[in-house]
Amino acid sequence: MHIVHVILLGLLAIATPTFSQQTEDLLSLVDKDGQPKKEFVKSAFKSSRVINGHSMEFLSPGLMDFRILHRFGLINQGYSNFFGLDVASMRMGFDFGITRNLMLGVGRSTFRKELDGFVKYAPIQQSTGGGSPVTVALVAGMTINTVPRANPTLKNNFSSRLGYYYQAIVGRKFSEAFTLQLAPTLVHTNLVPLAAQSNDVVALGVGGRFKVSKRIALTWDYHHLFNGILEGQNTHPLSLGMDVETGGHVFQLHISNAVGMNERAFVTETTGKWTNADLRFGFNLSRVFQLFKRTGKAEAW
Amino acid sequence: MRIFHIFFGILLLLPIFGHTQDRWFTKSGRIRFDATAANSPKEIVGNHSSVVCVVDKKTGALQFSALIKGFQFKVALMEEHFNENYMESDKFPKAEFRGTILDNTTVNYGKDGTYPVRVKGSMTIHGVTKEVASEGQLVVGGGRLIARSSFPVVLADYAIGVPRLVADKISTTSKVSVDCSLEPLKQ
Repeated sequence: MHIVHVILLGLLAIATPTFSQQTEDLLSLVDKDGQPKKEFVKSAFKSSRVINGHSMEFLSPGLMDFRILHRFGLINQGYSNFFGLDVASMRMGFDFGITRNLMLGVGRSTFRKELDGFVKYAPIQQSTGGGSPVTVALVAGMTINTVPRANPTLKNNFSSRLGYYYQAIVGRKFSEAFTLQLAPTLVHTNLVPLAAQSNDVVALGVGGRFKVSKRIALTWDYHHLFNGILEGQNTHPLSLGMDVETGGHVFQLHISNAVGMNERAFVTETTGKWTNADLRFGFNLSRVFQLFKRTGKAEAW
Repeated sequence: MRIFHIFFGILLLLPIFGHTQDRWFTKSGRIRFDATAANSPKEIVGNHSSVVCVVDKKTGALQFSALIKGFQFKVALMEEHFNENYMESDKFPKAEFRGTILDNTTVNYGKDGTYPVRVKGSMTIHGVTKEVASEGQLVVGGGRLIARSSFPVVLADYAIGVPRLVADKISTTSKVSVDCSLEPLKQ
């Protein structure tokens, strides 16, 4: 009988809270990790552009992204043009984040003295916890060529200055490091310089990035044209780059055969060939500003 | 002899029933950290308002858990960098503290008042677990139990790297304050 009492006393000692709860997981009582929460995937790209083309990434609401883009001259011109750096084409633009899946932007390029504007909207965004595996973003943009008329005596329609582009971006952040997107694109130019050129050009954009460290990523941005290529006139634009993030800035450094910095220009008017080493150095500089205070966020207590 | 067995049996079950009233919890506790460097032009402050906290009055066990993505900043980009570059919140989604109130016996949970306490335990941030100790307060009153504390966290202790480029903005030590108002946990 004594042995039974000893066992019971032993059990009592074990069951006493002081002993049993030191290592007990109290948090699991209230913090039940049953269903994973649905959460939108962020930071698929460092910036809202892969290099030239739009990326699946959106600016947060209330943010303004001031973008300064440069495309230098041909590297193969050698030292006389300091490997192209003597010649620069630029685009200055402002992008605005409206909601988590809506943004718009305007810009002005020196190439063709072109003004451009776009709206980008994502009806579907990649999310964890049973959400969509991909982001689908739609972009619609317009360009206005503002070069003075070559022959002012002719009747010139304003509409002949206009171009349009439409894009559907389907992208996925496969891992922390790797993101890939496909972007079927249609570019319409109201007036093309040569009769043999097509007003409508269909292309497929293939863009991606591979993060090599927390702040540096390698990127590529290729647009394959299915029509509208005239031998000796234009070709498929391909850019290879590196994103460097430094606090509030993102630098996108790259080598490309394209000189244009809006969709109409780089899809339809890329002249240099990679096979001929007609390449240019270029960079995008992105500086983000918080225009509007975030409501309900981070109030002091 | 049988009566003794029944008596022991009841004693064995008592702690199981006893637990229910002893545990207090919240899912809306607050944590604030300030990592602003001395001469930084920008305030680097994150606020969290859905911290999970459980206290067992009987044992003095005290546990906290906070999702890193729950920290909110005034500047969206700061929040993105906090998650992406510093805390790597996809890899290490939670910060946790599991410890005990050392002077739990001096706290009279039945009487309203403010009780200074010392807390000791293990803190996990950014995947690194460290033994820590801190002072804090327990406030009993109005049917609630409030747990407060503030303590420094040395970023390097938890392998949180600050690049030289922003070393003038981000302090190497972050000031962390905790404020949780607990209610009884009914199971």
